[in-house]
Amino acid sequence: MSQPASSDLGLIARQLRLRLVQMSHAAGTPHLGSALSCVDILVAAYWNILRIDPAIPDDPNRDRFILSKGHAASALYAVLAERGFFPRAWLDTFAQHGAQLAEQPAPRCAPGVELATGSLGHGLPVGVGMALAARIQKRDHRVFVCLSDGECNEGTVWEAALFAPAHQLNHLAVIVDYNKWQATGRSNEVMSLPSLHAKWAAFGWNSIELDGHDLGALTTALQSVPNASGQPTAIIANTIKGKGVPFMEDDNNWHYRIPKAEEVTKAAQALGLA
Amino acid sequence: MRNAFAQQITTLAQQDPRVVVLSGDIGNRLFDDLKAKCPERFFNCGIAEANMIGMAAGLALSGLRPFCYTITPFLTYRCLEQIRVDLCYHHVPVVLVGTGSGLSYASLGATHHSCEEMGMLRLLPNLTVAAPADAWEVRASLRAALQSPGPVYLRIGKKGEPAVHTAEPAFAFGHAIPLRPGNDVAILSAGTVLPVALATADALHNDGIAAAVYSFHSLKPLDTATLADVFQRCRVVATLEEHSILGGLGGAVAEWLADQRQPQARLIRCGTPDEFLHLTCEQEEAREHFGLTPVALSQRLRDGFRSP
Repeated sequence: MSQPASSDLGLIARQLRLRLVQMSHAAGTPHLGSALSCVDILVAAYWNILRIDPAIPDDPNRDRFILSKGHAASALYAVLAERGFFPRAWLDTFAQHGAQLAEQPAPRCAPGVELATGSLGHGLPVGVGMALAARIQKRDHRVFVCLSDGECNEGTVWEAALFAPAHQLNHLAVIVDYNKWQATGRSNEVMSLPSLHAKWAAFGWNSIELDGHDLGALTTALQSVPNASGQPTAIIANTIKGKGVPFMEDDNNWHYRIPKAEEVTKAAQALGLA
Repeated sequence: MRNAFAQQITTLAQQDPRVVVLSGDIGNRLFDDLKAKCPERFFNCGIAEANMIGMAAGLALSGLRPFCYTITPFLTYRCLEQIRVDLCYHHVPVVLVGTGSGLSYASLGATHHSCEEMGMLRLLPNLTVAAPADAWEVRASLRAALQSPGPVYLRIGKKGEPAVHTAEPAFAFGHAIPLRPGNDVAILSAGTVLPVALATADALHNDGIAAAVYSFHSLKPLDTATLADVFQRCRVVATLEEHSILGGLGGAVAEWLADQRQPQARLIRCGTPDEFLHLTCEQEEAREHFGLTPVALSQRLRDGFRSP
């Protein structure tokens, strides 16, 4: 797949962001701030990095991407639809009665969705298992797991973080969407998170800290997987919750708040898509 | 029984390249043969059981067939959410083998006991829950588990459990194994207490009471055909397990019984009470303490048989 121009990706990212605002409004679902903060991570992965084919979603040699922060599932769905894994029309019934795409993904609910998420701390252990499987099966695909910063409160994240370097799982990478907020407080205050970069490095990971809204930096970091050091990679992506819609940025009310119709219009204008 | 597990899983790993064994940093020399023969498919996962179960799900989602092994309370109580979400919700073929179940580690205190876990796990959709009675049933249940399309939980003993069968019995989940015939009383035994059930039946026989004995290894799926038969045929049906009388085999049978319309035999649930064991003792004394002995049980069942 030829790499799209960065301006194209910038437009795609803005269009995805508007889609998320619309989905939240139409379905009445929260977690919009959390979904917006990881859009650039998803765009870099799904357009520049992942060896995937929407026509063969179950290809055993595909790269795996697990969005372990399942409350941001709307972002994953929008990306998968845009990449052609399923019709864009599925997004129109997101989270509605009988929908294929529930607010948090069910197992095998749609092509491209690797795991039923929603309970934090599960994605990385499962991802480690997939990386182990690849080694046993002598496949060289990669496994990427996107965690939230709040998710790094969960003990299982650190159990997995201890295990992976001990087995040199260098085809495995974590991306932490470090938007500095969790549900009811600042991430760095609820738990002693900083420095996440130093913590992952201390656990034996090849740790990279970067601007999580810089598609170029994200792409370069993701391209380094598998890392030549033989270790798994941790990308600490500094992000802004609600990124892209100025009146939502870094405002934790948008963890739970659902946009009204006039706010959807305002967002469209702010994204240059009105 | 753990030796039987190690031997059988090594055989299965050699026969089936999908088999992967995950251990929670236990089994000191137990897996030496497996490690020699299939080194790339054995992993010591450390003392991080929840991660072990998550990894098993990832392996299974990738087409492999993982078996997770550690001491029962650490595999089950600690990891209930992982079992529920990663294994049962995703319906993946992972086999959990809990060793030292029930009161096998009596002397180590309740942190090492598991008298509530079968009840807890029985509540999870998609999970097969079984308690093999001896080394023969361990081997057979492992092979049956490898055929299962969904997650399986097996609770086994530790070491020194007497063999009851003399050859490998025909084994299928949800099909109890009849060992003795009898029309007065039926004893449905789950797990390593089976010799106690047989000795209880002997004692009842001496009192002129004919007691059937079944190795009722599967709590889920439940052998309702055998239940329908014994509850219609006998006057008393007893469940026996090294597990609480709440929620385990006794609980499962009580639920089934509550749904039956016609008058049925009386159910007597035998197991541990709703309390922790605080006595410092070995497994045999623990069973005595809780009345899980042929003398105590035959007394209970005799009284139950003779009273209206």
